[in-house]
Amino acid sequence: MIEPTAGLLLLADSRFPAGGHAHSGGVEAVVDRGLLRDAGDLGVFLDGRVAGAGTVVAAVAAAGCLLAERADPVDWACWDAAVSARTPSGALREASRVQGSALLRTARRVWPAPALDALAGHGRPHHALVLGAAVAAAGGGAGSAAQLAVHHLLGGACSAAVRLLGLDPIEVAAVQAQAARRAEPTARAAITAAGWAVEHDAPRRLPSIGTPLPEILAQLHARSEVPLFAS
Amino acid sequence: MHRDDRTGSVGVPAAAEPSRPLRIGIGGPVGSGKTALVAALCRRLRGELSLAVVTNDIYTTEDADYLRRHGVLPDERILAVRTGCCPHTAIRDDITANLDAVEELTARHDPDLALIESGGDNLTATFSYGLVDVQIFVVDVAGGDKVPRKGGPGVTRADLLVINKIDLAPLVGADLDVMRRDALAVRGARPTVLISLREQPDAGPVVDWVRSLLRSAARR
Repeated sequence: MIEPTAGLLLLADSRFPAGGHAHSGGVEAVVDRGLLRDAGDLGVFLDGRVAGAGTVVAAVAAAGCLLAERADPVDWACWDAAVSARTPSGALREASRVQGSALLRTARRVWPAPALDALAGHGRPHHALVLGAAVAAAGGGAGSAAQLAVHHLLGGACSAAVRLLGLDPIEVAAVQAQAARRAEPTARAAITAAGWAVEHDAPRRLPSIGTPLPEILAQLHARSEVPLFAS
Repeated sequence: MHRDDRTGSVGVPAAAEPSRPLRIGIGGPVGSGKTALVAALCRRLRGELSLAVVTNDIYTTEDADYLRRHGVLPDERILAVRTGCCPHTAIRDDITANLDAVEELTARHDPDLALIESGGDNLTATFSYGLVDVQIFVVDVAGGDKVPRKGGPGVTRADLLVINKIDLAPLVGADLDVMRRDALAVRGARPTVLISLREQPDAGPVVDWVRSLLRSAARR
């Protein structure tokens, strides 16, 4: 079956107005500390982010999509709380909620859907959950949601690295493409995990991988003197 | 619920929906006097109107801090949006963070007037009309008297063009008549104000323009 992809391409586009441009995906904090200096470092950083946060957000996005497709009412607050539980850093929870509400604002206008209204009624839901529901509203499936979550994780970090370090954007495009290929098994595993969790109506079954350094750096970044990016 | 994980569903006031304030965008290149203009408008209008300010800094919250330090408005009426190295994106291509900020201030204070100051950018950086009702573009004579002729969407299409620092004109060899004439030529009927905010800190002509907007908004 061919998915209707036009809406998904829009969701993948960094020009889609959903607030992502103000976030570096943790890149600014590592650049400031001299831990990321060139395109090679960026590739290593991306692999680390995919293995950690990527595993979680891909599964949450896939779950959000499956939940949005369900006919019966969804306890979004419970799933949202599961994302909070997997995001120990308050600064990262805030970054996720800010981007979630921005995406929700735009998605509701572009693809009106009851699931998006239900999420909005919840307040400021986490970004990955909104992304999944937006994919469903745009006519996509859980696989696309997981892939898009990884795509945004990689894309936000790469464009921030270009802006902060003046890296060659052509080389960075190659780095991103290679990292995306290496991330495919993560996205596949996320789809399976999300299917399990949704089938058993058990948010606790979502993957929960912790990566302390990005979490700690995010806290420090939020308090730093002159950050260019919000996170 | 812990504050840093607020979902937004907590503590929402039960009061009636606040009305939409007049939203004015204030843009222009670095150092042209945007923050000075915001401060002047606040000082002049805060006694008669409920005001709110959103700043968009390239670096952190510098402009918001300036406004707070100078006490032009209470802290809670100023919000700073961070723009991730891309100030023009936040006011034009992806206005979501600024909309969130304006709506938060509107819910909290029900302002009559919301000023949204852009980060210093270049002559092409203008506000989306999805974010503001009208916009002011601020340039200064020290940037050269060719700026109005060179145009760019800020100079040609802003609802008000403010040419600031006219006291410096003799020092930088800028011809104010040339600037006035060129502005008229590229802007047609749209108004232009030549001013020195240092010498006229009350920003009289700009305040008059804002007042006339508020009057016509009230009539609608």
